[in-house]
Amino acid sequence: MAETAPASNGAQPALVAEDIHKSFGDLEVLKGVSITAHEGDVIAVLGSSGSGKSTFLRCVNLLETPNAGTITVSGETIRLKPDGHGGLAAEDPRQIQRIRTRLAMVFQGFNLWSHMTALENVIEAPVHVLKVPKAEAVERAEAILEKVGVYEHRSYYPAHMSGGQQQRVAIARALAMEPAVMLFDEPTSALDPELVGEVLRVIRKLAEEGRTMIVVTHEMGFAREVSSETIFLHQGRIEEQGPPQQVFQTQRSDRFRQFLAGNLK
Amino acid sequence: MFDLQGYGELVLKGFGLTVAVALLSLAISTLLGMIGAVAKLSKSRVARTIAGVYTTIIRGVPDLVLMLLIFFGGQMLVNDIGDWMGWEYIDISPFIAGTLTIGFIFGAYMTETFRGAILAVPRGEIEAGHAYGMTGPQTFFRITLPAMVRHALPSFGNNWLVLAKTTALVSVIGLHDMVYNAGAAGFTVKKPFTFYLLAAGLFLVITATSDIALRWTNKRYSSGVRKA
Repeated sequence: MAETAPASNGAQPALVAEDIHKSFGDLEVLKGVSITAHEGDVIAVLGSSGSGKSTFLRCVNLLETPNAGTITVSGETIRLKPDGHGGLAAEDPRQIQRIRTRLAMVFQGFNLWSHMTALENVIEAPVHVLKVPKAEAVERAEAILEKVGVYEHRSYYPAHMSGGQQQRVAIARALAMEPAVMLFDEPTSALDPELVGEVLRVIRKLAEEGRTMIVVTHEMGFAREVSSETIFLHQGRIEEQGPPQQVFQTQRSDRFRQFLAGNLK
Repeated sequence: MFDLQGYGELVLKGFGLTVAVALLSLAISTLLGMIGAVAKLSKSRVARTIAGVYTTIIRGVPDLVLMLLIFFGGQMLVNDIGDWMGWEYIDISPFIAGTLTIGFIFGAYMTETFRGAILAVPRGEIEAGHAYGMTGPQTFFRITLPAMVRHALPSFGNNWLVLAKTTALVSVIGLHDMVYNAGAAGFTVKKPFTFYLLAAGLFLVITATSDIALRWTNKRYSSGVRKA
């Protein structure tokens, strides 16, 4: 496939989100959140519900348009303009579409296309958005499905698979884009407890391969063991940020201590 | 009793016309329904208002009144405009008027059918289309449309059956469809029951055939659904 990423020079971060603000009506959900993901970084974003962590992730690929802030992917800054209602809107929809192909998202509710088989789900965007020849896309998709352990289910429709299998197909769909950054929005929250492990194992494997990922999660163990940086969001602000060993050991903020206590119950 | 006295061919000719009117109106109503549904769900207030007025008026006025209004009223309107513009006399063909009217009427019902079906497509699947870099039209044609078919089919099939039967109305504007010809033949040979029974039977052929086609389509578009 055509390599759309600019040549990596090592110094250029894969993703920079700066001072992201987002309000829904009068409710300010994000009050200036900034992160930088260098190539190979795995950033775990923790926080209780309502902390803005999912909204932040959705602002990064513009499923929600932020009210203020800048987003830069592989050195390319998304051009935003005032939308006339106090928010921002994309200046060039084609730029957004192009950048979104570099930021593959894995959703909490899988969001696989229900009228397509697993394989069709994985080749859909490569073929129709990236314009990869179909035979090549199928070959790559099969290798990826094999890797995440759902190759046998490639001709199944989403409704005929378990949640864990669906989420692994969704991860395969993301991998097929060869993205610069993978965005995981609570990838295990909708799963039955016994299915969480199989999905986390896949994400862990990707982390070990050096994939750049931002993972919004409730899985403390995962954040502690796999992430290179852990962020704790509270009421739209970053309360803790740093290497997981440091964040989990020092627990500087009361909020984070309370959060951990609640989660470790 | 079933001696058609040579008029069977006339009724069959009308049958062909009825099928033609029905299929063409179906195409028009499907197109209008798609446009109406997208308009009703759009962010534009103007589009929503126009679509709302369309469905409210059409669904609130009897089909027969609309048919007469468009055929006779439309003819007078065209005459007036023609006089004013200095055109030659333009004759509105009953076939075009009938087909357009039925298409226009059922477009309003299809609008509601498709609107409901689009709303039944999980929001997340459409969002995933956007998240993977698809354009608006790409998301609509590759994700929303194929996923909505299953939800639209039952009501679509219902609309089609009513539409096929509504074509009988075109006989009042002088179109020689199956009902008109059956009436004429029955009157001539003084056997109205025989000929209207024949017309009824032929309508049943249309609806029964469509039932098979609808079932096949439903099966095809439900392949991703768990069988309950």
